[in-house]
Amino acid sequence: MTDTAHYQALGVPKTASADDIKRAYRKMARKYHPDVNPDAEADAKFKAAGAAYEVLSDPEKRAAYDLYGADWDQPRPDPSQDPNWQGGAAFDERDINPEMFRAFFGDRFGGGAAQPDQHARVEIALEDALAGAKRKLSYQTPQMDNAGHVTLKTRTIDLNIPKGIAPGQQLRLRGQGTGGADLLIEVTFAPHPIYRIEGRDLYVTLPVTPWEAALGGKIKMPTPSGAVDLTIPENARQGQKLRLRGRGLPGTKKGDLYAVLQIVNPPKLSAKTRELYQELANEQGFNPRANLGV
Amino acid sequence: MKKATPRDHRTDVVETLSLSELTMFCDTNAEWVVTLVEYGVVTPVTRATPEWEFTATHIARARKAARLMRDLGLNVAGVALVLDLIEERDALARKLATVGLAI
Repeated sequence: MTDTAHYQALGVPKTASADDIKRAYRKMARKYHPDVNPDAEADAKFKAAGAAYEVLSDPEKRAAYDLYGADWDQPRPDPSQDPNWQGGAAFDERDINPEMFRAFFGDRFGGGAAQPDQHARVEIALEDALAGAKRKLSYQTPQMDNAGHVTLKTRTIDLNIPKGIAPGQQLRLRGQGTGGADLLIEVTFAPHPIYRIEGRDLYVTLPVTPWEAALGGKIKMPTPSGAVDLTIPENARQGQKLRLRGRGLPGTKKGDLYAVLQIVNPPKLSAKTRELYQELANEQGFNPRANLGV
Repeated sequence: MKKATPRDHRTDVVETLSLSELTMFCDTNAEWVVTLVEYGVVTPVTRATPEWEFTATHIARARKAARLMRDLGLNVAGVALVLDLIEERDALARKLATVGLAI
C-alpha cells in the first residue's frame, strides 16, 4: 500500500532528501504556526506538517512508511518475512517507553507527559462574552496508561464563559490540567459580522448617505443590546468616530461602542436626486483638490 | 479538605499571575521569564522582583513566546521581533477592516 499524505503535507516528492524534508518542514512550521497565521486552516496544516516530519525525519520510520503507508506503525508478525522488507529495525510504537517518547516529541510537545497543555485556547462568539455562556472545550493531552504507554488523549470539559470576558484574557480551570494541575485557557473571539472587537471596545462601521452626513441629525444604529438613535453632527466627516460610552463589553470596566461613519452613495441616482445635486454643484465653490495643485 | 469531583469545575478569570505561576504555565523557569522581561517581551506590573505580577496581555505574550521558541527554534531576540511584528500586522489588519478591506 502506498500513501503519500505525509509527503504532500510537506509539499515534497517521495524522493526528497533528508535535507529537503527538514527545510520543507521548517518553512511550513513558520508559515502555518497557529500563533503566526490566524487562518482557520493554519492549525491543521501545522499539525499535519509536524506529524509528517515526525515520520519522515527518521530514516527507519520513513522506510516503514514508504512500505506500509499510514499503517506503518502497526505491529507486524515478523517484518523480515515480508518479501517487500528491505531491512532496518522492526518498530512498534507500543514499545516506546516514556523516555523515548520525550526524546521524539520533546521538541514539539514541550517535553512529554507531565506538561501542562500550552495550546489550550477557546474561540467564543461576541454574544458569549456579552451574556456569558457554557461551552464545551476539547483538547489533546498526552497521557500515560498503567503499562507506561503514552498516547494523545482527547479530553472534553464544560467551560463557563463569564460575562464580560475580553479577547486575550485567560481562564484558569482548577485541577483540569495534566496530572491535576490547573489549566490556563486563552480566550479569543471569532470575527463578528457587525462588530469589531478591540480590547473592551466595539467598533461598528455605520453607513450614512451624503445628505445625512451633511445635515446631521438622528439615525438608527445597532448596539449589542438593540438599535438606538445616534445623533450625527452637522457636516460629519467620512471615517468620523462617534462614541457611545459603556456600550462595549460589559463588566466593572465597561468598554465603549464606536460608530465609524462611512459615507455611501445610493446605488442609483433618481432623476430628482440628480437635479438636486446639480443645483448643489452650481452653488458650491468648494474645491477638495486645492492642495493637490489642481 | 473538600474532595474534588469531576463535575466540580472552578473557573476564574485571571487578573494577574505571579512569576512562579507564569513559569508553571509556560513550562519554564524564572530565569527564562527574566530574559523575556529584559528584552521587553513582557513587562510585570511592578518592577520589584519578588512581587512580579503579570497581566493577561503579558501572560498571553509569554505563552506565545514559549510556543514559538519551542516550535520554530527561535531565540529571545527573534521571538521579541516576531511578536512585535505580529502585533503591528494585526493592528494594520484591524485598520484595514475599518475601511472594509481584508489582508
